[in-house]
Amino acid sequence: MRLEPRENVSLTLLITGPVLAVAVALGLCSILLVWAGASVTDAYILLVKGALGSRFAISETLTRTTPLILTGLAAAVAFRAKLWNIGGEGQFYAGACAATLLGTGAISLPAYLMVPLLFIGGALAGGLLLLLPTLLKTRLNVDEVVTTLLLNFIVLLFVNWLLFGPWKDPMAMGWPQAAPIIDQGVLPELLARTRLHAGLLVAIGSAILSWVLMRYTVWGYEIRAVGANQEAARFAGIPINRTVLRTALISGGLAGFAGVAEICGLKGYLTLDLSPGFGYTGIVVAMLAGLNPLGVVLSAFFVAVVYNGADSMSRALAVSNYIADVITATALLAVLVSMLLTRYRIKLK
Amino acid sequence: MLDILDLLLTTGFWAATLRMATPLIFGTLGELLCERSGVLNLGIEGIMTIGSMAGWMWVFQGGSLWGGVLVAAAVGALFGLLHSIFTVYLGLSQHVTGIGVTMLTSALSYFIFRMMLPDVTTPPKITPFAPVAVPGLSQLPVVGEALFVQSPLTWLALFLVALVGWGLYRTPLGLAVRMVGENPMAAEAQGLNVHLIRTGAVMAGSALMAVGGTFLTLSAFDAFYIGMTNGRGWICIALVVFASWRPGKALLGALLFAFFDAMQMRVQQQTVVAIPYQFYLMLPYVLSIVALIVMSRRAAYPKALLVPFRRGER
Repeated sequence: MRLEPRENVSLTLLITGPVLAVAVALGLCSILLVWAGASVTDAYILLVKGALGSRFAISETLTRTTPLILTGLAAAVAFRAKLWNIGGEGQFYAGACAATLLGTGAISLPAYLMVPLLFIGGALAGGLLLLLPTLLKTRLNVDEVVTTLLLNFIVLLFVNWLLFGPWKDPMAMGWPQAAPIIDQGVLPELLARTRLHAGLLVAIGSAILSWVLMRYTVWGYEIRAVGANQEAARFAGIPINRTVLRTALISGGLAGFAGVAEICGLKGYLTLDLSPGFGYTGIVVAMLAGLNPLGVVLSAFFVAVVYNGADSMSRALAVSNYIADVITATALLAVLVSMLLTRYRIKLK
Repeated sequence: MLDILDLLLTTGFWAATLRMATPLIFGTLGELLCERSGVLNLGIEGIMTIGSMAGWMWVFQGGSLWGGVLVAAAVGALFGLLHSIFTVYLGLSQHVTGIGVTMLTSALSYFIFRMMLPDVTTPPKITPFAPVAVPGLSQLPVVGEALFVQSPLTWLALFLVALVGWGLYRTPLGLAVRMVGENPMAAEAQGLNVHLIRTGAVMAGSALMAVGGTFLTLSAFDAFYIGMTNGRGWICIALVVFASWRPGKALLGALLFAFFDAMQMRVQQQTVVAIPYQFYLMLPYVLSIVALIVMSRRAAYPKALLVPFRRGER
């Protein structure tokens, strides 16, 4: 068996690739549904209905899309430079912590200053958290995959300590949660009587900005060059380390944004279950989008459909809602193969 | 200070160290095998999880304990095969594939567990492995009971360290594994099938990881619960670097690591100075990062690690 590069890849192939991959993933996961004794067609119809069947369902799906766009962008930008940031989860919480530190009464400004301040604070916290493992990578050649992963555990334990210790809100009836964000820091709702908040606009704005950055700016060019071929980039005079560190700040900052958006738009205060793994799911989102920032918006929406749909489907059919995690993980692996097959054709001897 | 000395003289402490080292020994050996052949296996965290679930489920359904270990190994090898098809044959990114395998196997473990036991609130229990005493040696004063009365899986782990060490350095097969990890082109020129050897190494390594996982459910504890692996897989990856890809040093690293972990647990119980327990729990992860930093200057990665091999391409 050998792989032969395709001469020119047609646009249809580029689009049908991921779509087919998702179809294959859903097909594979139907095996589990059959095993669980559920009707496959019913299950997938319930899934789509649960995610998109009503105004409320759509608003809930878009609410879930918001953090996924941001953590997806964080992974997409970093992976472009071959900076394997698996620490999105920790950076998400770093952002949320910064928002809590600044936004629960320490500083009080009018809303048009308060909200930007919280986002900047969150981005800085997320970016600095990723800067540490990135410096270890550029200075000491320490693999960033393991360090970013390990930092996730450290950050979560730290948040755990904050919420059971110094930040515990005495008004919260003993629940481990921090004091609420003050009114000026809360994001306005987008649709009346839903949980959908202006964080979605921040997320889509970030996607557009990231796309412009990657495609039309020198920084973006340098990030792509370092990721494509580090040796060639070095010969071209691109400062490798500086580019990687800059990428880290942007990527960590985007994940930090997600934490701020969830806390200021949705929950209102820091809890330990603020993220059901948004940082890790962001990796799937980025890969499904082929690391394209605009594609991230679509793939985040798709993943949100799977999660919200699977939640209501699993309740209706008594199937464990871990099926959503299985579907997204299978989709990730299927998309990896489809991306290969759009670039190469397989020749069997 | 005296407290710590007292601690070092208690038998329970040393027994705990060996017990806590066992899953790390299996996992580190497994990852070491994969990486020696040139394949980074970030599926380790999930493969340990699905191993712990599969082995436990086998026993819970009425199978034998050793049957559970075999089932875990087989499931691990199966997902090792998946990882090799993606990374060895298709040459896909080892980082992303590995994360994908971890996500898939963790999600599958929890899904299958929930579907097979839908109505349980407290995790059901099995009867785990009973400790086995080494005749004679276990009668020694002080150290006897601590070091020579252990789970049979711990004995297996120690035996495997020797076996893998001997296999890698003293057999033609081990030479082949190291060669495809250092210079696959030269290996192919020698008539070796690079893809096949890498696949074999990754499958064997993944089987070991899964057995390390099932030690948690069949020996250290008697139940399976969500989030059980708790980053042990990632710690193993750090330990492989710490061990410079050598089985003997991997054992040393795992023991050292477990020593600190067992110590923090005891100190946490005894200490008068109130340090929040969360900081003690951070210690293993912090130590892993420190180990990586300390070893970074001397880290001699297998030359072909992360590099897919495509026949007839330079």
